[in-house]
Amino acid sequence: MDFLNAIVALSNFVLVPAIAYGSQLALGALGVTLIYGILRFSNFAHGDTMAFGTMVVVLVTWWFQSMGISFGPLPTALLALPLGILGCMALLLVTDRVVYRFYRAQKAKPVILVIVSMGVMFILNGLVRFIIGPDEQRFADGERFIISARDFKEMTGLREGLAIKSTQGITVIVAVIAVALLFWFLNRTRTGKSMRAYSDNEDLALLSGINPERVVMYTWLIVAALATVAGTLYGLDKSFKPFVYFQLLLPIFASAIVGGLGSPLGAIAGGFVIAFSEVTITYAWKKVLGYLMPEGLEPDGLVQLLSTDYKFAVSFVILLIVLLFRPTGLFRGKSV
Amino acid sequence: MSAAVKNTVLFALVGGLILLTGFMQSWNSALLILNMGLISAIMAIGVNLQWGFAGLFNVGVMGFVALGGLAVVLVSADPVGEAWAAGGTRVLLGLLLGAATVVAAVLVNTRMPRGRARAIATLAILIGGFFVYRGVFDPGVEAVEKVNPAGTGFLGGLGLPVLLAWPAGGLLAAGAAWLIGKTALGLRSDYLAIATLGIAEIIIAVMKNEDWLARGVKNVVGLSRPVPYEIDLQNDPGFVDSAIGLGFDPVTASTLYVKVGYSALFLVVLVILLWMAQMALKSPWGRMMRAIRDSEVAAEAMGKDVTRRHLQVFVLGSAICGIAGAMMTTLDGQLTPGTYQPLRFTFLIWVMVIVGGSGNNFGAVLGGFLIWLLWVQVEPIGQFLMDVITSGMAEDSALRSHLLGSAAHMRLLTMGLLLLLVLRFSPRGLIPEK
Amino acid sequence: MSSGNYDDRGNKDASITNPKGRGELSARPGTGQVMETASAFLIGDSMTGGYGKGPDILHDCTIAVNPGEIAVIVGPNGAGKSTAMKAVFGMLDLRQGSVRLDGEDITALSPQDRVVRGMGFVPQTNNIFTSLTVEENLEMGAFIRRDDFRETMAQIYDLFPILKDKRNQAAGELSGGQRQQVAVGRALMTQPKVLMLDEPTAGVSPIVMDELFDRIIEVSRTGIPILMVEQNARQALEIADKGYVLVQGSNAYAGTGKELLADPEVRKSFLGG
Repeated sequence: MDFLNAIVALSNFVLVPAIAYGSQLALGALGVTLIYGILRFSNFAHGDTMAFGTMVVVLVTWWFQSMGISFGPLPTALLALPLGILGCMALLLVTDRVVYRFYRAQKAKPVILVIVSMGVMFILNGLVRFIIGPDEQRFADGERFIISARDFKEMTGLREGLAIKSTQGITVIVAVIAVALLFWFLNRTRTGKSMRAYSDNEDLALLSGINPERVVMYTWLIVAALATVAGTLYGLDKSFKPFVYFQLLLPIFASAIVGGLGSPLGAIAGGFVIAFSEVTITYAWKKVLGYLMPEGLEPDGLVQLLSTDYKFAVSFVILLIVLLFRPTGLFRGKSV
Repeated sequence: MSAAVKNTVLFALVGGLILLTGFMQSWNSALLILNMGLISAIMAIGVNLQWGFAGLFNVGVMGFVALGGLAVVLVSADPVGEAWAAGGTRVLLGLLLGAATVVAAVLVNTRMPRGRARAIATLAILIGGFFVYRGVFDPGVEAVEKVNPAGTGFLGGLGLPVLLAWPAGGLLAAGAAWLIGKTALGLRSDYLAIATLGIAEIIIAVMKNEDWLARGVKNVVGLSRPVPYEIDLQNDPGFVDSAIGLGFDPVTASTLYVKVGYSALFLVVLVILLWMAQMALKSPWGRMMRAIRDSEVAAEAMGKDVTRRHLQVFVLGSAICGIAGAMMTTLDGQLTPGTYQPLRFTFLIWVMVIVGGSGNNFGAVLGGFLIWLLWVQVEPIGQFLMDVITSGMAEDSALRSHLLGSAAHMRLLTMGLLLLLVLRFSPRGLIPEK
Repeated sequence: MSSGNYDDRGNKDASITNPKGRGELSARPGTGQVMETASAFLIGDSMTGGYGKGPDILHDCTIAVNPGEIAVIVGPNGAGKSTAMKAVFGMLDLRQGSVRLDGEDITALSPQDRVVRGMGFVPQTNNIFTSLTVEENLEMGAFIRRDDFRETMAQIYDLFPILKDKRNQAAGELSGGQRQQVAVGRALMTQPKVLMLDEPTAGVSPIVMDELFDRIIEVSRTGIPILMVEQNARQALEIADKGYVLVQGSNAYAGTGKELLADPEVRKSFLGG
């Protein structure tokens, strides 16, 4: 019984949150890695792109709510998601047209694009704060739990409860769908293959008649979708605050690099590695160990390796370890 | 128009704008802008050293600036005797043990032959060391933080004159930069960007959460100052007399006097650092640095130790940022870890360097002043613009109140726009590298 | 390649920028004066030019391929062999001369447009998509085709049976010789009217080289004219219908492969006696 309780406690506080967070990071890292593979720079504006897409979703959600539209037990935000994606796509296409395309034509070095993306980051950050303000917004509605801790206890008779928030369930399901669609697109469609080809060998792609501007356009469209989905899921699960999205840049970059920049599979693996490390290292293991340890040996302290405020440190240390022992990342940074 | 004339005009223009602030708004705000402009210029020199001279992409400026701020507390705050008695030695011992663990692990890793034994030994040292460290450290921290948590709850500093904190801030930042550079530059000359981005966040996280060190988010206020206090000046009959003699109200005069004092101190630092940076740029060292920047392969082929040079310039640039950070905390008179934000302390400095002209020290200085001036003035300008735009709208219009309320966020927009415009139309900046 | 205003200050930070795979290809169609010579299927006629505003590398150099033939460009290192081929493909700034394909002047076309007009080009290096499977490489070769290319792919698998076995393997995992087959296969997917190979046997073992030459002959037998640059002059001339010996960017000798092999001057200077 104690063993079961330990497992339930572990699932409740570590596994479930980490899987949800990992899915969100993976989606974010996929966007970063796609841009790195195709446009060949790290997009510092990615966190703010996510914020922008999510902002559109939040605004549309409010609008839907005001009109009395709801999605039954599911959050209204899921209904608003397609519109958010469209908004984000429009934004990224405009940014590309107005900003990035010029530097591509100039064949500017990639690091210049990184600095340019810093400028875009400022603008998006300002834009989001301008439109929706810098404050925290909660926009999750519908059913709160798939299964609440109390129901679980009643059902199983265990002392520990397992709560799965509906947002966590939705996160995982939506992430799986998004990733499946992405991989289907990249591996099965002509356009997707041409994107991979372009990322692999630009000159040869040109010789094969692949139009770089089209590849770039599709990349932005996909990135917009991924960023909006990632941002919305994160916002549903926690809350929407522009500054937090900006800060997500670090764990997202860490995920992409740990997995191997340019590798979509790596981005997903990296997202989960970072998420699980963050959650396990900042989790207080007292409860789980209390069940597992023999009588009398239960720990007194919280058995928390690091306080939750150091979650950035965790992603950073993981990053450092991977770089030291496997500099190309877990998946060898194969291009898209 | 020759370059020298153009540069003079540019500097005169920025100076004129600051003067205009003095005439239009108040001399107090003009001096505030000037002081922060001086500090920003120093930070920009630091970043320019790394990016302009050596092409190192450091996006962790905020971390070094914050370390400089921390140095002010560590150097100038009064020591809290009670806290030291409660757990000071324990905390120090814990830290030493922690450091010893890391050093031992690194030693084992470098000395032992490759293989499973090494991995196990390293891991054992790290895990064992971690628990020993926490075992010693945690009770000490708890004891220290229990000592009058509302007032102190930290170990305090050394109680030395605050001016000493400036070089100390530089040293602290340099030490951190050395550690980062040693890991990130040594391992594959890449990954510096992400390493600095991460380390800056970690430094801030440490400063926010380690209350025993500098009270965390409870802030350390009332730090000592290198200039007199306004209230002392106002109580000084000599000062009041001369102020009145000059036609000033004593209260205003005292604030101006204090600010001018800061300006003078900052100006001295800026001039020294600028002079040093100029000398470095012209020296064989600076030429080699730029040679490495322009072609690492060629420099390596000529037998230059590129990683070592990069480490040098990275440490130097970070130290300058640390000095600036210490100066800023001194100016504020308080350390507030919660206010460090990457947009303001990392990316804004980058805007300064790029707009001013990367690779040119004077460009960086100009950028520092200009961008800071804009950063401050965009808000009132934005407010004014919003007033104009919304003047036609109904008093109770929701849009109107939203627009008015959001004017504060014009800053980020403007900075981004400025950066993009400069990159597009004048990519070498206002004062380009020669 | 980038203008001075956008240099990266020597930055090598791989975590923020992707240093590999940046394109170097740029179209440099020449528009010099046109000279009329004998008609061939593909001819780079009296080409003079160099890269950008740099010095001329080619001097009045003429390379031609007749229908159904194999033409080989040989010559000492630095003679401008690859440059001549790039000139024919539109990657050089021609100051004089013209390039004609099937009687049509294509001097002003970009390399991509020349591909559309029916020129297949296999660069010397980076000539496959390493992370794509063999089959995907071939599909990408057929990217400009909107019709059904399965038949062409089957033909290529017939031509290079090994590729059929490895169709689902990443091309980067193949051996050097197999990679070259992928590269040639990729170029053939457009059903080109002429195939250009830049040193197809560079860096492969002699046995593989012989096999590759056999394959090239087979390709040629399908009726596609082939123009190739070769380092291994003797073997190349043996299979060549037409050979060009370039020296310092100019035609030194030209003739059938057999003639050149028999020419004592050519033997002495380039074939080691």
